[in-house]
Amino acid sequence: MRLKAELIGLQTIIYREYKRIIRIWMQTLLPPSITMSLYFIIFGNLIGKRIGQMDGFDYMQFIAPGLIMMSVITNSYGNVVSSFFGAKFGKHIEEMLVSPLPNSFIIIGHVAGGLMRGLLVGIAVTIIALFFTRLDVQHVWVTVSVVFLTSIVFSLAGFINAVFARDFDDIAIIPTFVLTPLTYLGGVFYSISLLPEFWQQVSKANPILYMVNAFRYGILGVSDIPIAWAYLIISGFIVLLFSVSLYLMKTGRGIRE
Amino acid sequence: MKALSISGLQKTYANGVQALKGIDLEVEEGDFFALLGPNGAGKTTIIGIVTSLVNKTAGKVSVFDYDIDEDLDGAKACIGVVPQEINFNQFEKVSNVVLNQAGYYGIPRALARERAEKYLRQLQLWDKREELSRTLSGGMKRRLMIARALVHEPRLLILDEPTAGVDIEIRRSMWDFIRRINEQGTTIILTTHYLEEAESLCRNVAIIDQGKIVVNDRMSRVLRKFQLETFIFNLAEEIDEAPVIDGFVVRQVDEHSLEIEIGPEQNLNQVFEKLSALGLTACSMRNKSNRLEELFMRLVESKGTHQGDGTGARAEP
Repeated sequence: MRLKAELIGLQTIIYREYKRIIRIWMQTLLPPSITMSLYFIIFGNLIGKRIGQMDGFDYMQFIAPGLIMMSVITNSYGNVVSSFFGAKFGKHIEEMLVSPLPNSFIIIGHVAGGLMRGLLVGIAVTIIALFFTRLDVQHVWVTVSVVFLTSIVFSLAGFINAVFARDFDDIAIIPTFVLTPLTYLGGVFYSISLLPEFWQQVSKANPILYMVNAFRYGILGVSDIPIAWAYLIISGFIVLLFSVSLYLMKTGRGIRE
Repeated sequence: MKALSISGLQKTYANGVQALKGIDLEVEEGDFFALLGPNGAGKTTIIGIVTSLVNKTAGKVSVFDYDIDEDLDGAKACIGVVPQEINFNQFEKVSNVVLNQAGYYGIPRALARERAEKYLRQLQLWDKREELSRTLSGGMKRRLMIARALVHEPRLLILDEPTAGVDIEIRRSMWDFIRRINEQGTTIILTTHYLEEAESLCRNVAIIDQGKIVVNDRMSRVLRKFQLETFIFNLAEEIDEAPVIDGFVVRQVDEHSLEIEIGPEQNLNQVFEKLSALGLTACSMRNKSNRLEELFMRLVESKGTHQGDGTGARAEP
């Protein structure tokens, strides 16, 4: 009986997040679509033609999976961090905290919001990509599962960022100084085989490299890293970040006095 | 059954401030209970701990026998809270604020819609249901928080300054509404700065000061025990200074009015007799402030430290 009530609570958060994403679509869905269109035009079309082929594919085709993944990562993260921090800032997080909703469901509800926005933006960017290049998906389940799991990882990361954040600067620091550099250096625009051996090894310490390459493997069938490693790393991050989120909610850090 | 049972409750904040220094408090089911105290006394900290927004340092808290250390969710399900500050999403529609809260408490959507309509109508917000909550007036926002707190029909309703900043007409209609909710069986704990509100609504009262309970008793008994009222007498005659009246504390307000304190063993007839004997005519009179307010000020000023057994704290005139 209690589980049934808790599931209604979870459903409420998910529906509320969905409505939020749709209500402010000018902030949530439109900007990434415009940004990615510019990436495709400038990097893919104009510069890409001079670069030629990479890993046996047109440059446009090569970067398309990376750009889709980049938008999924940033939007999953951004959705949860802004929604949860906004609730903290406006104090309406208290509506959930005083209710008998379990901490795990509060986390899952917000992660579902990140997942929704990540996937919606991912679909929009994929449609835009199809205007510029052709994408024949090689491994459907790899493609779907990697994008799904990666979105969960970054939704959880966004949740933790929001828990620690005390002001709006704190929710911009991680995306600007950590997420963006790691994404750009995570094989979105190049294959790490172009790098000297030392930098190839350094790049392998970047978890986003595994996510981008696994997704690229799903679409194009090529990857710089073993796919099993990618699944292992992504799953490991999900377990780790979910546990940290749960611990933070239980202790009330940044949420309860 | 006890709606709320608190024993040895302590809270020390990270900055070292000891907000609660061992609170013992019990509220019976069905009671209308006032929790009073000056700003910073610890009222909101107690409410925060009961509603799990504040972590306690020590002590036990039970809500309808649900110990918050053992079954916090069970305790939470029994409580509805109207906080001091506006804390709903100001970008949500009025109806969604209530419906979302119902959802967090596990109320199915159809039932939530029924109850949202019931409480929004009762609180005169039904016409505003499609508007963004930030467009509501201050009084409407307070009423929306009451509707939100009631949507899961809690057994214990905690109202932390529910009528702050609300005009007198709406305040009185809110009193009637809250009184009806209590009559229907909901236990209510009220904190307020409008002491006439507490005096008029509540059956029992605890006064907290500097993290300790200084009075905890029935409202009527507290008022009787500490009864000491100050009246303003408007005189027909002009006076240069306050006359001396045996047994009474008298102060001059202006050339036509006096302020006279009347203790528990004294009465107004004695004052009228003594004024007449002095050749003074009382044209009219009024209370300087309500009784609870007077008592409250005296308790806080005297910094009473006796634990609330109903006999400990004594207002010294």
